[in-house]
Amino acid sequence: MIPVNYYLALAAILFTMGAMGVLMRRNSLVIFMSIELMLNAANLTFVAFARMYSTVNATSVYNGQIFVFFVMTVAAAEVAVGLALIVAIFRSKQSIDVDQMNILKG
Amino acid sequence: MENTPGLFFSLVPWIVYLPVIGLLLNLTIGSRLGEKGVGIIAACASGLAFGVALLQVYSLNISPEGAAVFVANWIHIDKLNVDWTFRVDTLSATMMMVVSGVGTLIHIYAIGYMHEDVRFKNDVGRYRRFFVFLNLFIAAMMVLVTGNSYMMLFVGWEGVGLCSFLLIGFWYDMDTLGRPSFANSNAAKKAFITNRVGDFGFLLAAFMMFWQFDTTDFNNVFAAVGAAEPWVIIWITVFLLVGVAGKSAQIPLYIWLPDAMAGPTPVSALIHAATMVTAGVYLVTRSAPIYMLSHDAQYIVATVGAVTALFAATIAVGQYDIKKVLAYSTISQLGFMVAAVGMGAYVAGMFHLITHAFFKALLFLSAGSIILGMERGHHHLPHGHGDHGEVFDPGDMRNMGGLSKQMPVTFWVYMIGTIALAGLFPLAGFWSKDEILLDAAKKFPHVYILLTLAAFLTAFYMGRQIWMVFFGKPRHEAAAHAKESPNVMTIPLMVLAGLSVLGGALNLPGVHTLGAWLEHTLPLLPEEEVTGWLAVSWGGLNPYVALLSTIFAVLAIYISWLLYGRKPIVSGQPDPLKKMLGPLFTGMENKWFIDEAYRFVFVERYVDLARFLAQKVDWDFWHEWFHNMVIARGFVGLTRFLADPVDLGIVNNVSKVLADAVQASANSLRKLQNGFVRSYALSVLLGVVAILGYLLLK
Repeated sequence: MIPVNYYLALAAILFTMGAMGVLMRRNSLVIFMSIELMLNAANLTFVAFARMYSTVNATSVYNGQIFVFFVMTVAAAEVAVGLALIVAIFRSKQSIDVDQMNILKG
Repeated sequence: MENTPGLFFSLVPWIVYLPVIGLLLNLTIGSRLGEKGVGIIAACASGLAFGVALLQVYSLNISPEGAAVFVANWIHIDKLNVDWTFRVDTLSATMMMVVSGVGTLIHIYAIGYMHEDVRFKNDVGRYRRFFVFLNLFIAAMMVLVTGNSYMMLFVGWEGVGLCSFLLIGFWYDMDTLGRPSFANSNAAKKAFITNRVGDFGFLLAAFMMFWQFDTTDFNNVFAAVGAAEPWVIIWITVFLLVGVAGKSAQIPLYIWLPDAMAGPTPVSALIHAATMVTAGVYLVTRSAPIYMLSHDAQYIVATVGAVTALFAATIAVGQYDIKKVLAYSTISQLGFMVAAVGMGAYVAGMFHLITHAFFKALLFLSAGSIILGMERGHHHLPHGHGDHGEVFDPGDMRNMGGLSKQMPVTFWVYMIGTIALAGLFPLAGFWSKDEILLDAAKKFPHVYILLTLAAFLTAFYMGRQIWMVFFGKPRHEAAAHAKESPNVMTIPLMVLAGLSVLGGALNLPGVHTLGAWLEHTLPLLPEEEVTGWLAVSWGGLNPYVALLSTIFAVLAIYISWLLYGRKPIVSGQPDPLKKMLGPLFTGMENKWFIDEAYRFVFVERYVDLARFLAQKVDWDFWHEWFHNMVIARGFVGLTRFLADPVDLGIVNNVSKVLADAVQASANSLRKLQNGFVRSYALSVLLGVVAILGYLLLK
């Protein structure tokens, strides 16, 4: 049995990579992938804790796992919307550089 | 009671309906009927009203207590109850007979008179209007005499005032000589406004009755007045006297009646001699139960009447216009009547009212005949109408003279009227005037003296008129060519002459038909205790009083013959009296300058007041000061204050500070919104880190 701390460490690493990607990359597709990384870091944490709870309490409640499915569903929907937005923006600006999407600035 | 078989009381409303129907017929289809049709309809309406009056007299002979015929509700508010109720009693029936009887004769006369009058004045279209007004007058007068309450009487009172106004101003766009002018309409306004003063008094009396007795019905007022306090009675009678002075042309409100002669002559005869002006006499007679309660009230009324009688008689002596003489004579005779009813001699007053209606209507209508005769003579003169330089006055007695040959019928009826008015035995005026004089001698000696002097002057000015008009030589070509009037005018004159001769038979001493007749309505009078020569009675006739007044009348006519008959005045000669009386005659000639005095005291002061109100109060104060200075300038000042310090200074600056603050904060905040998604993401991250760090570490 692999200790839960390992999973959490991996998840933290994944999350940090995602966050860094979001903050540092300018290509919106890469930013999307970084967001997926953060989401999946959270998913990993969910299932890690869920498994830990089920072994510690010997219950068969799968709350954590179910939550992951929800997150994946929402992520899929978000990607669908986001990609559609990116396509629309690319059509008008011929670019997907987020730093050029700044016409809403104050 | 009015439905008793054989009695006709229920028909009494028709005495008003019939003239109204007549005037409506003339209004609607009269223009298609021609002059004859219009005149006949109007005269028939009046004649049928006379028939109704006859039926009332017939019914009253059977059932003398009379009846009150209810027609409709009028005013019912709380305690105020006024109905349209016609009152038939011997007094109202007497008035009905006089009004409709004399009225019908005058309608017939007017058919002929107006036919010529509208042609002399070049406006044939007004013929129909005249008869509409005349029928309206009959209707209003009937409401006046048959009303069962002071309020209904007041409706008729105002109605006849309106008709008087309309008919005085009948030729409203000219003066009495037919020249374009406002003179006639001014005369009409004068009559109306003067009457308004009297109406005000009447209304105050009626309000006072309602205030004190909660009613204006005759019977209820008379029943309640006995228990009233003396000051209430005095004020009611004095206010009523103001109304009487207005309508019956007594001092001080008589001034409108001479000007009312601007109306066509039948109007002068009907309204301003025979009927309407006697409304005041009727009012006092009707209010007898009130007046009898107060000796002071009787004294006041009798004195006002007597002074008016003498005063107006002096003015009549100095007049040259044939109608003006008769107008002042009418005022004088109304003074006799008011004095009579004032001192409680109601039968004598009503008797004189009736005989006066006969002979004064006769005199006025004859004067109209003379005026038209003069007009006819004037039209026969060589120069055509309208292009003569001189203004010809057909009513001026100084233009007349010798008319007895040209107009014999008019002359004879005029003589009869004159003798009746002068009070010579045995014509109508003798009996009625003597009865008044006798009652005055018994009750108020000063009234008797005033009235006797007035009677003397009456005979004198009538004699003067006769000598000037009918005798001597014509003083104008028109008088030399004057022509007698047609039968339609002379026949009513003859009928009235007959009535003037026989009218005395209504109430001969010893028989007292009228007295017995009126006794059913009027309260019984206490007999005055008299001694000495006044107590002598030949069946009610006091020989001394009668003889004295007859001697005075004969003497007056003799003096007038000495002055005007023996040596007729010639054209341009001043009046012989002027030499004898000097300034006194100037006063008589100029109506004692009463009109001028009234003009100075009332009219000009009123104009001054109006001018003051218009110029000083309205323009200078309200417009120039209050409006321009206070309102307009105040408003401008207020708006400027609100605009400059308040709006610009406070409201504007407060919002400016707010706006500046918002803008400053916005300017600092907009730097956050730099448009770089990644910097937003960093902010979110840092925020989450900060919140989580706080939650974990707290």
